[in-house]
Amino acid sequence: MRGWGHGRMIEASNLSRHYGAQVAVDGVSFRVEPGQVLGFLGPNGAGKTTTMRMLAGFLTPTAGCARICGHDVVLEPQAARRMLGYLPEGAPSYGEMRVGDFLKFIADVRGLAGSRQRQRLDDVLTRLDLQGVWSQTIETLSKGFRRRVGLAQAILDDPPVLILDEPTDGLDPNQKHEVRGLIHAMRDKTVVVSTHILEEVEAVCTRAIIINDGRIVADATPQALLARSRYAGAISVRAAHPSVVRDRLLRLAGVSAIEVDDSGDRVLALPTPGVDLYTEVEAMLRAEQIEVHEISRERGRLEDVFRALTRPAPASADAASGGQGLAP
Amino acid sequence: MRGAFAVFRRELASYFVTPVAYVFIVIFLVLAGAFTFYPGALFDRGQADLQPFFTFHPWLYLILVPALSMRLWAEERNNGTIELLLTQPLSLAAAVLGKFFAAWAFATIALALTVSIWITVAYLGEPDHGVILAGYLGSALMAGAFLAVGSCLSAANRSQVVAFILTVVVCLALLLAGLPLVLDVFRAMGLPQPAIDAIASLSFLTHFGAIGKGVLDVRDLVYFLLMIAFWLYATVLVIELKKAD
Repeated sequence: MRGWGHGRMIEASNLSRHYGAQVAVDGVSFRVEPGQVLGFLGPNGAGKTTTMRMLAGFLTPTAGCARICGHDVVLEPQAARRMLGYLPEGAPSYGEMRVGDFLKFIADVRGLAGSRQRQRLDDVLTRLDLQGVWSQTIETLSKGFRRRVGLAQAILDDPPVLILDEPTDGLDPNQKHEVRGLIHAMRDKTVVVSTHILEEVEAVCTRAIIINDGRIVADATPQALLARSRYAGAISVRAAHPSVVRDRLLRLAGVSAIEVDDSGDRVLALPTPGVDLYTEVEAMLRAEQIEVHEISRERGRLEDVFRALTRPAPASADAASGGQGLAP
Repeated sequence: MRGAFAVFRRELASYFVTPVAYVFIVIFLVLAGAFTFYPGALFDRGQADLQPFFTFHPWLYLILVPALSMRLWAEERNNGTIELLLTQPLSLAAAVLGKFFAAWAFATIALALTVSIWITVAYLGEPDHGVILAGYLGSALMAGAFLAVGSCLSAANRSQVVAFILTVVVCLALLLAGLPLVLDVFRAMGLPQPAIDAIASLSFLTHFGAIGKGVLDVRDLVYFLLMIAFWLYATVLVIELKKAD
């Protein structure tokens, strides 16, 4: 595998891009180590695509620099791009071409020839299950297949680094699942995936960066991000008489807030930070002999963390859940 | 240049998988033939040459070549494939050259298909084949210059229609620069002869006319090649500036 000698597969330092007076990306710095699958998260317009385009060498940074396997994307663009497979947003391809001709074109442009080209084409076709559509015109393919063709061109040259801009956007749930599986199977590479679908980050990423207004607002593992949620460690209780449960939970010392969800039969006790409520709640419910259908501990909600980090001005905490917040 | 060749092949093939190639070739051949025999009166002149045939080429190209060049970059930008193409390990110049030469090769194929007129003249009389060959060379070079202008304006516009219209206008200006229609205006303004000559020397018609008479002057060849190089360089600059819009 090429490029493994470099400790850092992707290195962005102080990367900025302005469009006129508008700042799209503002001093973004991060490093991606070999084998990481980095989820790039952010609301629409936060600067995800602009950052990825700079990494891929499509846009020139206004300030700062980026390196792919040690090659500066501006000073050594060809060398940097040779290390990189890139799936642009929307997976554009030449619609009038046949799948096979398109992939051969990419192979030719990247200088794959002879038996190596055949071998790589074979590998990619098998991996992405494209043998059946080899001679089909791309514009006649379904969206899911077109996305696969886009992924196929990105990994055709077997580059050590993959940058995928919204690979599952606009796909149906089955296709999304499929594409996630494909990304999962590419863990031998260093992968950057942008998305605004949060479950995707939990499903495929080993690390997540949240970007908002062109700046990085969080950089951690998905688990660490989840732990930041106010729902992390919350105890969810489903009971026949939720109002009784609510009243009892309110009396517990470690409970910082109580929420009742919209359906009205589930009560959620949010802990004060650092407190594990589970045993306490369970013991209390048993002692009071309250009939309970289900009791569980929440891992936290990424959506809640995401919203807290990317809202222009974070409002009071209860707006995030859609439930009714009650102070104990 | 390996990348440029791959782009060239893809691009040239793309003309033939869509109706573009066939529509273009048929219309070009029909119009080239019609102009030669009706307004050009090839038979009535009683001369075995292709003067009437070549005379109409600049005007034919004025309409048809922008239709060929308008999609070069505007389409890539609209489909987003420009991002795919320009993030390959391939220089921008290679992409510009690959696309341009594909369009030029296609225009040359269309031009080569008019060879039946040459055969007709050769059958009916004894034309000067050197002059005719020079005419073909001049015509191909002029088509290249039109295409280079079109490549630049296609890169500057997302809309193919706007690219088409702008290319027609710029090419018209470049054609007419050598006609008395334009030059007399400048003479009347009292411009000195060297300035008039400079304007006339920018004209496609002046240079094409010279080559068409069988006079293969290096300056005329260099003119067209420089024109092509200039507009292709401009294409690179324009894409560099506007690719992400």
